[in-house]
Amino acid sequence: MKVSVQKEDFDLGREVRDISGNDKIGAVASFVGLVRDVRMTLEHYPGMTEGSIRSIVDEAAGRWQVMDCTVIHRYGDLEPNAQIVMVAVASAHRGDAFAACEFIMDYLKTQAPFWKKEHTAGGAAWVEARASDDEALKKWK
Amino acid sequence: MKVRVLFFASLREKLGCGGEEIDAPPTVATVGALREHLRARGGAWAEVFAPTRAVRAALNQSMAQPGAHIKAGDEIAFFPPVTGG
Repeated sequence: MKVSVQKEDFDLGREVRDISGNDKIGAVASFVGLVRDVRMTLEHYPGMTEGSIRSIVDEAAGRWQVMDCTVIHRYGDLEPNAQIVMVAVASAHRGDAFAACEFIMDYLKTQAPFWKKEHTAGGAAWVEARASDDEALKKWK
Repeated sequence: MKVRVLFFASLREKLGCGGEEIDAPPTVATVGALREHLRARGGAWAEVFAPTRAVRAALNQSMAQPGAHIKAGDEIAFFPPVTGG
């Protein structure tokens, strides 16, 4: 399991290759989140952010077969189209890998302490939390 | 009772402060009471911690409800609902 909160960009291909060294793994499901057309700055809570992501991964591993998992989330200044976050989950079969990957993203969006500030021509503004993100958690109850 | 208090994102900006050590009176025994204690400072503090504002809290780096008990040496953070991912 690997959790990293970092300024630097990441290489999904390399991360997936690193994850798939175990010959019992039959599936790796991955997700990458990107910045849309607005430049942004991401703030986090050093220590708690990493800890909360680890808790979410542990929760996923309690529900599905998770043979390995990598979560990388960036912070700092991010340009349009930049990668923000990646989740890759390895399992014996795709069903568990897909489900755990989506679960981790849904929980990360509402539980991990990150805050986005968008920079537009009109100035900078903190992004408001979306009710639809809370709604997404209900399917996992 | 000394505790460490941290503020993030819009709270940090509006308060002009990322955190401080507070010597809270013994009556401030929970996360919710600490929020009220800070609100009573007035000005930007009253605005940021108004009861209508959605403010989340963490106690020693775990999400905490207002009823969570605090003790000397604890780290309590206040921040807006999260928007990562």
